[in-house]
Amino acid sequence: MTRISVTVDGVQYQDDVEPRTLLVHYLREQLGKVGTVVGCDTSNCGACTVMMTGTSGRHSVKSCTVLAVQADGREVVTIEGLADMNGGADRAGRLHPMQQAFHEQHALQCGFCTPGMIMEAVDLLEANPDPTDEQIREGLEGNLCRCTGYQNIVRAVHAAAAATRGAEPEPAPEDVVPGPQP
Amino acid sequence: MTVTEERPAAEVGHARRRKEDARLITGRTMWTDNITLPGMLHLAILRSPMAHARIATIDVGPARELPGVIAAFSGRDLAEDMASLPCAWPVTEDMVHPDHLPLAVDEVRHTGEAVAVVAARDRASALDGLEAIEVDYDELPVVLDMEAALADGADLVHADKGTNKSFTWVFDSAEAGSGGNVADALDGAEVKLSRRYVQQRLIPAYMEPRSVVVDPTGDVFTVWSATQIPHILRLMIAMTTGTPEHKVRVVAPDVGGGFGGKLQVTPEELIAFHVARRIGKPVKHTETRSESMQATHHGRDQIQFIDLTARRDGTVTGLNVRLLANMGAYLGLVTPGVPILGAFMYNAIYKIPAYRFECTGVFTNTAWTDAYRGAGRPEATYAIERIVDELAAELGLDPMEVRRKNWINHDEFPFTTVAGLTYDSGNYEAATDKATQLFGYDELRREQAARRESGDLVQLGIGISTYTEMCGLAPSRVLGALRYGAGGWESATVRVLPTGKVEVVTGTSPHGQGHETAWSQIVADQLGVPFEDVEVLHGDTRTSVRGLDTYGSRSLAVGGTALVKACQKVIKNAKRIAAHMLEASEDDLEFADGTWRVRGTPDAGKTIAECALAVFTSHDLPDGIEPNLDADATHDPENFSFPHGTHLCAAEVDTETGWVNIRKYAAVDDVGRVINPLIVEGQVHGGIAQGVAQALFEEAVYDESGNLMTGTFVDYTVPSAADLPAFDTDRTETPATGHPLGAKGVGEAGTIASTPAVVNAVVDALRPLGVNDVRMPCTPERVWQAIQEARR
Ligand code: FES
Ligand code: FES
Repeated sequence: MTRISVTVDGVQYQDDVEPRTLLVHYLREQLGKVGTVVGCDTSNCGACTVMMTGTSGRHSVKSCTVLAVQADGREVVTIEGLADMNGGADRAGRLHPMQQAFHEQHALQCGFCTPGMIMEAVDLLEANPDPTDEQIREGLEGNLCRCTGYQNIVRAVHAAAAATRGAEPEPAPEDVVPGPQP
Repeated sequence: MTVTEERPAAEVGHARRRKEDARLITGRTMWTDNITLPGMLHLAILRSPMAHARIATIDVGPARELPGVIAAFSGRDLAEDMASLPCAWPVTEDMVHPDHLPLAVDEVRHTGEAVAVVAARDRASALDGLEAIEVDYDELPVVLDMEAALADGADLVHADKGTNKSFTWVFDSAEAGSGGNVADALDGAEVKLSRRYVQQRLIPAYMEPRSVVVDPTGDVFTVWSATQIPHILRLMIAMTTGTPEHKVRVVAPDVGGGFGGKLQVTPEELIAFHVARRIGKPVKHTETRSESMQATHHGRDQIQFIDLTARRDGTVTGLNVRLLANMGAYLGLVTPGVPILGAFMYNAIYKIPAYRFECTGVFTNTAWTDAYRGAGRPEATYAIERIVDELAAELGLDPMEVRRKNWINHDEFPFTTVAGLTYDSGNYEAATDKATQLFGYDELRREQAARRESGDLVQLGIGISTYTEMCGLAPSRVLGALRYGAGGWESATVRVLPTGKVEVVTGTSPHGQGHETAWSQIVADQLGVPFEDVEVLHGDTRTSVRGLDTYGSRSLAVGGTALVKACQKVIKNAKRIAAHMLEASEDDLEFADGTWRVRGTPDAGKTIAECALAVFTSHDLPDGIEPNLDADATHDPENFSFPHGTHLCAAEVDTETGWVNIRKYAAVDDVGRVINPLIVEGQVHGGIAQGVAQALFEEAVYDESGNLMTGTFVDYTVPSAADLPAFDTDRTETPATGHPLGAKGVGEAGTIASTPAVVNAVVDALRPLGVNDVRMPCTPERVWQAIQEARR
């Protein structure tokens, strides 16, 4: 057992962990942070993606590729703490712009990929505030979604980018959903 | 009168944002794997590394010695408790149906088959326990190839059955009286095409791995499972474990995708149940992705021999289909029925005078196959849409023209097909016209001609798929005639609470489809209550007592109709109450916007909420009135529904590397009346993506000793965002006629439509090089090989 000290979603924890324990299992099983999920055992699906502060700032990581001990002294943000990530300004139950955009643009169906997808998309925008379709698709390549065909996820990332820049929001889906309207 | 102002004029048809999202985007979701109960043990399952072997010896003793391990069982230890997993669809009377025990006892028949289970205090200790189990296997010959499996003297998957053939099922339009004799059509044909298509094996690959928790400590057994079918699972647990049905409660909490892959009664569910019952403690099993790839049922895996006959003007005269369907090692819940569903779809949207279909189910030493998005219908649609393109090429006609010549015209509905189904409605012309416009068909054809002319290394192909499908499963009578073990009805309950809020219980079991939202929209319109005031309950057999669950694009067409019927009963129940309160005769009342009003006196009215409060207090009700508005309804459809549409794909194919790039994809679907266009669009996108994945990316491959070579997401290439294009989608709306909602179903349409559209495009690009088929998935390697073979 190794003692670690880690801040998760703004709360500081000190815990003894097995050296082999993965960060995702520490989050889910020791902290009860079950918002972060496991979709594979080969680090291909991205369902487990969280943000972690490192020497080069805050970045997304697949929490199944990190040992809990490697999170010692770091700060981790999961989907559960995302809305509060930037200093708690959003504590009044508001959503992070990316969460809002996923909802508005119908970028999820079963929602299993969604926590990881949102975290990765947030990271993508932090690196590139105004990405092209292709940059979004490439940037999310490590996150699999079986339900949506990705099209609305791309749309949501654009919408969140626009909202973050304070630009004109994406047209709401009523306007862009084609077909006969009621 | 308290109908709120914010409510749109009609909820139905409105692109409501989903209610479900709130928990899903914030990580407050209840996945089965999130469940932790006091004293709960974690299960790990030992799986066979052999495709076919006798279990000579198995010793779980050493595992039991390990710290943290509480119990360990081999198949032999649980043999007395276990019964065969169910197959609910014996398609023929003499179908060969081998036993399929949750844990193998004497013999394993596919890699990944469960042979032992360890229960431990934590997951890591359970995994350590697996390492300690000693098994000696005596290898047996492995049967993998379907055609070889049927040859005389073939090695057998089930030696005691004496054959690898499970069944042969035949439909002949001459015998059924729905058409002519195919032999005649074949004899006198001006043109006859014969093709062999291979439907590769696919893995459903839902993103949430299967997980099950069983709690035996209460008065009833409670089973939480990541399943599409809590109701069927409850029944099957009762039937196969001897537990009285009322002592089993099944809950499907949030379920992360299914696509048919969770339409199963799984070995893992039953193993967990048996272990929990034996040791009297709650247990949980969550599969790893690698386990999921090996041990979840697979989809497709058929060889299709298809003959199409026609006149030289392109008029189709006959269709003959012979199918080999890989069952895998065992029969799952609906394994044999999957290819049979396809039998009714080979004739597709075409008026074909004579049709014969024959399917043989074959056992092999592979994971068993079963439902996967579309289940039988994608395979059928692929074969017919591919061969219609081949006919056009053979005759030098535009493939769209050949389709127009043969399809059912919009003024010919209802139309009884050569397969004996009656298509109630459709308009193939309208969908096709819209799609060709959206796509820019003529312009892309011009570009194709130019590239052909100039000998461009990157050729352009245009693929067409004018598909239909049968969904809204299903009329119980038809299911009975097809020897399916259950009915096809669906059920709903509507409860109006004293405050006017509404609880809806549905027998459908969503796992991403957004029923909570769509059902709320329907109820809001029916009862005139705000969308927000409706709560939709599902997936728990204690609250949702009656139901047949979610698959086959049935939930809205069947479950939604049950919901409308229940609402209508509530409205009717409220009428007597309203009449009493308004001191009017029931005959003078009319219902609109959630309010019973006296005709001609628009100001005097009672809302459903007011009636609900009145029955709650019951202080002043006339004699003989039951103080209750709530209602149950069950709907058994009279017919299937038949979504259709036209999908067009333009693919650029690099003739030097075999690389395929989808340049444009346009889809116009007619799924009937739309409750929520946002959800429909999402279903279409996801459906197309899965069909494209079959066309270009995915294949489950076994090596010659029966090891699954594509056992992880590294080798089984589920497409990422970077692999897929954007899709241009639009709709036409020809309502279904069999029920008040007019909805047809959308869950499977995109998957059924898109695979042939993409492969037709790839082949079309390469046709000038002499290529007339590329085997799926059309990877660069396969495409390149096809080009090389054509050159030879
Ligand atoms: S769980 Fe799949 S990448 Fe981490
Ligand atoms: S929404 Fe289901 S996997 Fe992405």
